[in-house]
Amino acid sequence: MTKDRSRARSAERQRDGAAVPAPSRARSGRPRRPARWRAQAAAWGFIAPVVAYLIAFYAYPLYRNIDLSIRTYTVASFITGNAPYSGFANYSRIFRSPTFSPALVNTAVFTFVSIAFQFAIGLALAVFFYRRFRLSGLLRALFLIPWLLPLLVSASTWSWMLNSDSGIVNSFLQAIGVTPVNWLTSPHWSLVAVLIANIWIGIPFNLVIMYSGLQSISTDVFEAAAIDGANGWQRFWRITFPLLRPVSAITLLLGFIYTLKVFDIIWIMTRGGPATSSTTLAIWSYQLGFGSLLPDFSSASAVGNVLIIIAVIFALIYIRARHRLEAT
Amino acid sequence: MTVQIPRRARAALLAATAVTAVAALAACSSSSSTGAGATGSAAGGTSASAASGGTYTFWDPYPQYNASSAWWKLVASCGTQAGVTIKHTAYDTTALTTQALLAGQQGTSPNILLVDNPVVSTLATAGILTTTAQNGLSTGAIAPNILGAGVLNGSTYGVPIGANTLALYYNPKVLKAAGVNPGSITSWASLTSALAKVKAIGKKGITFSGINTEEGSFQFLPWFWGAGANLTNLGSPQATAALTLWTTWIKDGYAPNSVIQNTQTTSWQEFQTGDFAFGENGTWQKAGAAAMGAKVIQIPAENGGAAPVPTGGEFFTIPVQKDTGSYATSAKIIQCLSSTSNIVTTDGTLNYIAPTKAGQQAQLSADPSLSSWVSAVGVAKARTGDNLGTKYPVISQQMWTAVQKAESGAATPANALQVAQSAATAKLSQ
Repeated sequence: MTKDRSRARSAERQRDGAAVPAPSRARSGRPRRPARWRAQAAAWGFIAPVVAYLIAFYAYPLYRNIDLSIRTYTVASFITGNAPYSGFANYSRIFRSPTFSPALVNTAVFTFVSIAFQFAIGLALAVFFYRRFRLSGLLRALFLIPWLLPLLVSASTWSWMLNSDSGIVNSFLQAIGVTPVNWLTSPHWSLVAVLIANIWIGIPFNLVIMYSGLQSISTDVFEAAAIDGANGWQRFWRITFPLLRPVSAITLLLGFIYTLKVFDIIWIMTRGGPATSSTTLAIWSYQLGFGSLLPDFSSASAVGNVLIIIAVIFALIYIRARHRLEAT
Repeated sequence: MTVQIPRRARAALLAATAVTAVAALAACSSSSSTGAGATGSAAGGTSASAASGGTYTFWDPYPQYNASSAWWKLVASCGTQAGVTIKHTAYDTTALTTQALLAGQQGTSPNILLVDNPVVSTLATAGILTTTAQNGLSTGAIAPNILGAGVLNGSTYGVPIGANTLALYYNPKVLKAAGVNPGSITSWASLTSALAKVKAIGKKGITFSGINTEEGSFQFLPWFWGAGANLTNLGSPQATAALTLWTTWIKDGYAPNSVIQNTQTTSWQEFQTGDFAFGENGTWQKAGAAAMGAKVIQIPAENGGAAPVPTGGEFFTIPVQKDTGSYATSAKIIQCLSSTSNIVTTDGTLNYIAPTKAGQQAQLSADPSLSSWVSAVGVAKARTGDNLGTKYPVISQQMWTAVQKAESGAATPANALQVAQSAATAKLSQ
């Protein structure tokens, strides 16, 4: 996108250059340099608010987060402002913590399984709705409901439905003769339970983006393929899927970042428990910072920074992949 | 994402960044200076108040009350008696802790802060609170076990408004049907055999809150202390016995699996279904209990007698002020609010037991049904007591984690508690 824009800009500049000897400019008789300077100053003037905004609301908080994580910041330092520098002690402590590896594994499982299902189901539904049929609009709207509900509502509803003793899911399982499962209170199932809820919530996002991606594929291609005798399966794998690749890539990246930092659903449903069985890095960071009576801001921000680094790594992979895609 | 920026533009960008950074800093410093100005004027107000009234700020964690409530009127009248106007602000409990810390940081602490008791030691460690030696509050008549939460390293940081605690509510209908005499429940063994009888008639045994938050630790403590365990040693055999009691109840179906997730509120909702024989819950539910006909007994200790229970409830504290002369007036307001007649009324509305003998007598003569609560508060202990102070939150977090692991079967009680103890030791030795 940025490349396109810079290309457009350079094209404009060339046009400008060509326009210099044009009679209109010549007639005004204004010297060229100050005008250009003024234009640049104006440009920077327009950018300034954005830069100020970015510094105040993004750069500074990020700096503070890093600063917090390399100091021993206690409740007392909150008042006095003196927090002794401790280097990477907070990081080495969280890496050595017995919570770290389960939290990392849970985060990875939660993120990748969520995305895999959300993406696959979202794409399947998008393809399904691509052929318009009666009531397809209504059905598509129904699929958006999880997106419209406040997360607090949907997560609470899920936790009621999955309750061990009085939840509807277990009553149903019992009715069909399956042994009920302690969805939220068993260390083996709690992550599965929050995964189910999160997948349900994430499907509409994938559906909407993939559906609009499908709209941009020219129908000519499909017609041509149909004439050449390609069946539905071939049309999907040879045309739809490859042509959706750019849209898929951005959907996956956004989904990844959203899922990495999912907090509310897990917190409401299991509070990361039992013990650490559904604790992700985001939950752990919150528990350290705000979960007990004695906040441990330094470790919490260290965990937060680890999350940011993971997100940045995947964003870089995405950018890499995009460049390669554009090159071909 | 590589945008080619011409060199001149880069310089300009740097300049713009610098300018905006300076502007942002200027904005910050100007806002903080106005903040300081506000503080200054507030401090001015308080220093003026010593001579001719003034405005005193008062924060509490009771957002359920507003200016037309008896509580607000009482606070205002105590202010008037001390010759000042009270500016009363209510926050919810968690928000109040954050607000108190922020205000301490900005030097805009309220004159009087009414705060949840486990937070007192945290705020005291942060240096926000004055000691009773500094502010002149008298603590003489207050029961030492209730005052305990406000004591840190030999100094007292406030006075309790009242205390609540935990006990065992029971449903007489269920017990009668199961043929259990509530008076016979005096130890863990008699309680467990009662649970077995209840289960035998198809009813549910007991519900409590074993969640992985402070509430879980709060609910586990009566059993933990009732076994003779001490918070300084989570891995002790006594601690294991307490946790084994809970896990066995869950395994044997005496307690539902949902206790792992229950908050005290959801646990109470379970008890209110009428299917449960027992529910471990707090003083604050007594009105609801009376409405459903539930009665209350004290939580038994392992080998008989009442188990020590943790105290809940708020403390009146006087945060550090620039104008130390304001402490005397603040103390006068607090003594007024905690005078026997006033505190009995207040504790009546807040469902608290008064912190003084005289107050408890007055409460009992008005409502004899409070007697089991008064005796429960009599054997209650402060969570941050035993000079644990800010060590308590660290220990508590490890304890609720161990409780969770054992309840869900992720570890045996002994294992979970030993891991918890070594984690707590590691954290505390940092």
